[in-house]
Amino acid sequence: MPPTVTTVTLDVARYRPEQESEPTVQSYEVPFRKDWVVLDALNYVKDQLDGSLSFRWSCRMGVCGSCGMTVNGQPRLTCAAFLSAEPSGPIRVEPLRYFPVVRDLVVDITDFMRKLKKVKPWIVRNEEKPLAEGEYRQTPDQLDAYKQFSMCINCLLCYSACPIYGLEPSFIGPAAIALAQRYNMDSRDEGARERLQILSEHDGMWQCTFVGECTKACPKHVDPAGAIQQYKLTSAAHWFKTLLPWGMK
Amino acid sequence: MDLFSCDVLVVGGGGAGLRAAIAVAESHPRLRVAVISKVYPMRSHTVSAEGGAAAVIKAGDSQDAHAYDTISGGDWLCDQDAVEAFVREAPEEMLRLEHWGCPWSREPDGHVAVRPFGGMKVERTWFAADKTGFHMLHTLFQTSLKYDAIQRYDECFVTRLLVDEGRCQGLVAIELATGKVLAIAAGAVILCTGGCGKVFPFTTNANIKNGDGMALAYRAGAPLKDMEFVQYHPTGLPFTGILITEAARSEGGWLLNKDGYRYLQDYDLGKPEPRPVLRSMELGPRDRLSQAFVKEQEKGRTIEGPYGHYVHLDVRHLGEKLIDRKIPFVRELCLKYMNIDPVKEMIPVRPVVHYMMGGISTDIDGATPLAGLYAAGEAACVSINGANRLGSNSLTECLVFGARAGQAAAEGAGQRGEPSPALVAQAQDEQRRIEERFLHGTGGAEKIATLRAEMHQTMEASAGIYRTESTLKEAAGTLEGLQERLPDVALDDHSHTFNTELTAALELSYMLDLAQAIVQSALERRESRGSHQRTDHPGRDDGAFLKHSLAYRSADGRPRVEYLPVKITRWPPGQRVYGR
Ligand SMILES: Cc1cc2nc3c(=O)[nH]c(=O)nc-3n(C[C@H](O)[C@H](O)[C@H](O)COP(=O)(O)OP(=O)(O)OC[C@H]3O[C@@H](n4cnc5c(N)ncnc54)[C@H](O)[C@@H]3O)c2cc1C
Ligand code: FES
Repeated sequence: MPPTVTTVTLDVARYRPEQESEPTVQSYEVPFRKDWVVLDALNYVKDQLDGSLSFRWSCRMGVCGSCGMTVNGQPRLTCAAFLSAEPSGPIRVEPLRYFPVVRDLVVDITDFMRKLKKVKPWIVRNEEKPLAEGEYRQTPDQLDAYKQFSMCINCLLCYSACPIYGLEPSFIGPAAIALAQRYNMDSRDEGARERLQILSEHDGMWQCTFVGECTKACPKHVDPAGAIQQYKLTSAAHWFKTLLPWGMK
Repeated sequence: MDLFSCDVLVVGGGGAGLRAAIAVAESHPRLRVAVISKVYPMRSHTVSAEGGAAAVIKAGDSQDAHAYDTISGGDWLCDQDAVEAFVREAPEEMLRLEHWGCPWSREPDGHVAVRPFGGMKVERTWFAADKTGFHMLHTLFQTSLKYDAIQRYDECFVTRLLVDEGRCQGLVAIELATGKVLAIAAGAVILCTGGCGKVFPFTTNANIKNGDGMALAYRAGAPLKDMEFVQYHPTGLPFTGILITEAARSEGGWLLNKDGYRYLQDYDLGKPEPRPVLRSMELGPRDRLSQAFVKEQEKGRTIEGPYGHYVHLDVRHLGEKLIDRKIPFVRELCLKYMNIDPVKEMIPVRPVVHYMMGGISTDIDGATPLAGLYAAGEAACVSINGANRLGSNSLTECLVFGARAGQAAAEGAGQRGEPSPALVAQAQDEQRRIEERFLHGTGGAEKIATLRAEMHQTMEASAGIYRTESTLKEAAGTLEGLQERLPDVALDDHSHTFNTELTAALELSYMLDLAQAIVQSALERRESRGSHQRTDHPGRDDGAFLKHSLAYRSADGRPRVEYLPVKITRWPPGQRVYGR
């Protein structure tokens, strides 16, 4: 019988800009418990072994989007990645790829925050309906049309999985496009035209070859690749119409 | 140190904070409003709220009915003027969120749908499947992006309020990415920092819920109201404390003991019916359901597991279709975190610390007794929640009182100039404290995790669902001991860049202050009311305790408890009746 494995090694990427100029790897031996996720193991390190390891987390239930890291090479929410589901041997934990590293497992997401605002992720109306007139009616089918794209938790696993973003950081990226589409498809919204203009300024979208890595990485089944595809189709139609003599207003 | 200034400074980017900031931007577009938050706003804990948000909108419901449910649910400790304002403004606030794009679940004809919720006599809980808080927070955050007047300080951790000449005039914070200390002067500060479930070991609350704002206000001299009232939610998953929303019961789920028996019928909560009955059985209030669990455990009728005793929540009879449509997140959480499919299996659940009824004492405009300081959301106690909050009232509370506090703060703020020399001096003191105490300090041999674990054990043993004089007294002593050991905490991490050990140490110090306030307030309330059950003082005592406790921090750091009468307008204290 093989010996019972009671511990597991975490190989964790470290980077402390005040101390070292290059990232290093530090190994920690942590208890192996079947109900532990990678995040629990990191917290064990922080509390018991090395208080200087930095990472973000909050809800521990897969909804706040804080705890994205690269686990054994894949972008994952560490609060949803069970130790027992990883192949045997050391577990590699690294920061999300394609983002500048602030420290250890913490990446800089200011670029995404800027892009998010750019796509106008709010309801745009030509005319506001007064509150006194009650709610906008929206049938369950109309809700279903955009619901999926509204499930994005901004965890940025999709950026970290996206080969285009890796090569071309100006690419507005999967989550931001999915959110733009979330509003475009909302029956209460009238801002699709404005958003289209913003998005077509970014040629990154055309480089997206629909490899669908973003959709595979998404822990919430948002399907950003589908949103990008929809977008390409609408903007192609839009571009085509502008060529016609009667144009498109 | 970097100096900044703004007119209204909102601390917290959750539901309450974002609503407050938008209220300022809309009502006073000339003012400079800023939101400072220790996490990016969309990471705030509001994101985890599942079940829904209450507001009267349907025919057959009335604001008085909502008020009555809230007041009786709160065991008559709610301020009734506040509750009246709350139920009156709730529908408009919820509609506003609808206009901002919140994806509310709908009826076939396109109207907003509502669901039943615990302690509510009428169905009035709006919901976005079972990710209501997530959708509300993202809607608020995304909407806030359209106001250029709203400036943000993301991932900045507030360590101290600046008070001069009897007025709160700003604060000091650490910018996490760089470790830089910021001093921000403000005409008014609104604390929307959320609750403090992390004072307890087993909680639904996120890692960031350490009651920072409550402690900041308390240290600045503002009182904490009704801190003894801690809500246990009856259905948390063992070990993780992940919440299984009340919506699971409002859609028809049953609570079963180890014999498969719907045990709530033994606790004056009504008779078991196959379909959910409002204000009855599984749809009773949370305090009563959590207490019933403890009694059931005493009778030996719960199930023993590796993480304590539990009972079963059974939703199998609802069928896969309804589960996937109405409570898909429940299924996702059970599958992902417990490897259990609620369509086929029963869900193990046990009571779990969930919500703080108490908080920074405010009036109905969110103003605290300290001039220039306001509070809203879970950090505040207005009080609409009394001795026991009804599920789905607190998300709405964040909107109604967030907006009110924003308005009031904007009116009271005026335009703010540069920080005065006195404020700068205070800020420099704070910078020195952080550097010397934590970053350069060698400390002693204490570890953050050890002190935190001892605090957790103490709170669970003394301030849980049932309490008694002797354990509370003992806890007060233990907590003082922990406070004395706190300066001996040594950090491994002395760097400035994203130092999360430093913030954990600061959070621990906030939590210890709050733990003391909770224990002292619980000790001095010698009656049983709502979530505060004293085995040595069973029964409500309106003669002596129909009043709010106010905990002040005295010079030696210990809490001092005073009292404030409850405001009664139209609903004289009566008996709480469920299922009859
Ligand atoms: C799992 C769960 C489910 C729930 N479900 C429901 C429900 O269905 N219906 C309902 O009505 N209620 C529900 N609640 C309760 C409700 O979600 C909360 O009471 C409410 O969201 C609190 O919002 P808030 O804005 O007050 O605080 P939070 O959303 O907690 O935000 C606090 C903010 O303060 C900031 N902050 C804190 N400390 C500092 C500091 N030192 N420096 C800078 N910033 C700081 C944080 O960064 C954060 O932005 C639920 C709660 C939980 C835990
Ligand atoms: S900690 Fe919130 S998503 Fe993982």
